[in-house]
Amino acid sequence: MNGFTVAAIILVALCVGAYIFRFVGQKVTNDAPKFRDMGYGEAFGFVLGAALLIWAVWYYFQPKTLDTGVPNAGVVFFRWAVQGLIIASIAAYLFRLLGRTVGTAGTRKLFRSMPLTASFGILVIILYSFLAIFAGAIAPYGQAEILGAANVVAGGDPALGGNPEYPLGTDQIGRDILSRLIYGAQNTVGIAFITTCLAFFIGGSLGFLAATLQGWLDQLLSRGVDVLMAIPSLIFALLLMTIASVWANELGVPLTIFMILIIAMIDSTRVYRLARAVGLNIVVMDYIEAAKLRGEGLGYLVFKEILPNAMAPLLAEFGLRFCFVFLTIAALSFLGVGIQPPLADWGTMVRDLAPFINFAAFAPTAAVAPLLAAGAIALLTVGVNFVVDWMLHKSSGLKE
Amino acid sequence: MSSLLRIILHRLGLGLVTLFVVSIVIFVAVNLLPGDFAEAILGQGATPESVAKIREDLGLDQGMVVRYFQWLSGMLTLDLGTSFAQLNFANFGGAGTVTVADQIAPRLANTLFLASVTACIAVPLAVTLGILAALYRNTAFDRAANIFTLSSISSPEFFMAYVLILFLAVLNPIFPSLSNIFEGMAFSERLEKSMLPALTLTLVVTAHMMRMTRAAIINLLASPYIEMARLKGLSPMRVIVKHALPNALAPIINVIALNLAYLITGVVVVEVVFVYPGIGQLFVDSVKIRDIPVVQACCLIFAAAYILLNLTADILSIVSNPRLRHPK
Repeated sequence: MNGFTVAAIILVALCVGAYIFRFVGQKVTNDAPKFRDMGYGEAFGFVLGAALLIWAVWYYFQPKTLDTGVPNAGVVFFRWAVQGLIIASIAAYLFRLLGRTVGTAGTRKLFRSMPLTASFGILVIILYSFLAIFAGAIAPYGQAEILGAANVVAGGDPALGGNPEYPLGTDQIGRDILSRLIYGAQNTVGIAFITTCLAFFIGGSLGFLAATLQGWLDQLLSRGVDVLMAIPSLIFALLLMTIASVWANELGVPLTIFMILIIAMIDSTRVYRLARAVGLNIVVMDYIEAAKLRGEGLGYLVFKEILPNAMAPLLAEFGLRFCFVFLTIAALSFLGVGIQPPLADWGTMVRDLAPFINFAAFAPTAAVAPLLAAGAIALLTVGVNFVVDWMLHKSSGLKE
Repeated sequence: MSSLLRIILHRLGLGLVTLFVVSIVIFVAVNLLPGDFAEAILGQGATPESVAKIREDLGLDQGMVVRYFQWLSGMLTLDLGTSFAQLNFANFGGAGTVTVADQIAPRLANTLFLASVTACIAVPLAVTLGILAALYRNTAFDRAANIFTLSSISSPEFFMAYVLILFLAVLNPIFPSLSNIFEGMAFSERLEKSMLPALTLTLVVTAHMMRMTRAAIINLLASPYIEMARLKGLSPMRVIVKHALPNALAPIINVIALNLAYLITGVVVVEVVFVYPGIGQLFVDSVKIRDIPVVQACCLIFAAAYILLNLTADILSIVSNPRLRHPK
């Protein structure tokens, strides 16, 4: 019996199950409206969900090791995933509860209407900022410190090739992975944050300037931005990084500085678009006219009149832009042209530790390190996106 | 219809102009490189004679504008020059050189194969899931789909790739984790080997397309004619598929084309993870060894594909929406 037959049998069983479920529901509840008006698709959804839940519970309680003594890696990973999900949900719930009771009236109100995903996102952002700021104090070892043992497996169990001194193991040349993960928060997140700020400064001020002055400057900047946006950003970044790597050698300036400038430049085009569009809507307002008649200068107009009124869309854009910048930097580092060693960085760590995934079937703990580094990137972007999604949903007032 | 044709021609013209300017940007950017290509190619073995020889071969002794037009005409006639790595090889006594065009052509075909496999899986899946999410909006299914798609949009491609490798290649050996594709491979084997990269890309693009499908349909649900269809007593499925979907097609087609354009960039990282012999892999390798002719050519190809797909998205949305055909 091959996989396809099994899948077909399960599918047929689910279809029949859905029909039976609805029929029994109608009979037992004496045609309660919920069952009477239930579509077949809905019934199928309920049965499928129940089947998945039963399978998940059954799979969760499978033994951790097979009879032959080999660890049942699938179960181990599944348990970690489920435990992680439960802990995350509880943490998000508690954090929201805390937010609802502590703080000013305004923040309490904000937390009351917040979905669990958004409070999870805020929690993640706080956690990462904490790690990034206090990395030096939290990490047990230095980020470039080469310790005695190389290739120590995560888990801290000496029988499996671990070492309790290095809970997440060490990499190929013997640097502590836990410390590098923590320093990664500082380097990767910090650099991404600086880059995003720079992109916003360049793109935002040029966009507002174009919206205020209009005329030839607007045309020039907008057409330039159109051209730059026609090149896929990762490709353009890779091209410019090739050139920058030569310049970095020539001038003796770290490549990371060039990377910040290049990515800020590429991403500022997207910010420019938004800032100009928002600015154009604002400059036609009466209060701008009044300020112009008062004889205010350009700087006053841009920073005191337009900027405060464009803050809300720009803030949402800042969150999204930060994610894109962060992912671009991670991708560049992963491809080997981004943040340079010995700085600890998640993208580089994923690339360096990736081969360990192939040992997952025999030693689940060995595969943890690369997944943790990649997961650290994913967790932050997911968190930020949850928050931005909630903010956009709140400000758009979508109900259905 | 003639006005439609005019709009399409106008857009095509704009696209060509953009591509032309992009080629200038790429060329100028590359020429910002310090020092001399000839010395860069020869590296340690540079003697004044060999440097002069290479300079002459590459036409580096001519002015920048002349070189640009030579490069551009080369691009148009598919003569992309010779890669530095190959030149160096020839210079040290290697026999015969492979041109950039010869290097790129098979890899471009591989990448297009991967992209089309992805599109074949992703597009039907995304539209179906989007319709289902709109149909069962605000239920547990919709919420789960929302969280799942938001997470898969925002995680990096390589995270998805390694999670898939972990579950579908290492723990349950269903698909191979390395896609060593070569010429003359049977179609089924080729499909099997490129399944994991295709699935990774599917995960990344499906999420976006599905959210847009859902949003486009839900946007329409408040319109009076949908209310009418509901009051007639049509089933929710019929209301959505027969009445809402045709009007939501324009934004959906648009987002599909945009996502195919996104595939072009996403493919780079995914190809590197799975060692898939596509153009993205070639691009990254050339970037690392600073093989300028290959980098330039790949960059232009990526940009052309990106512009073309964006243009398609533009034109399709104009064609499918009469209101855009008659701008006020």
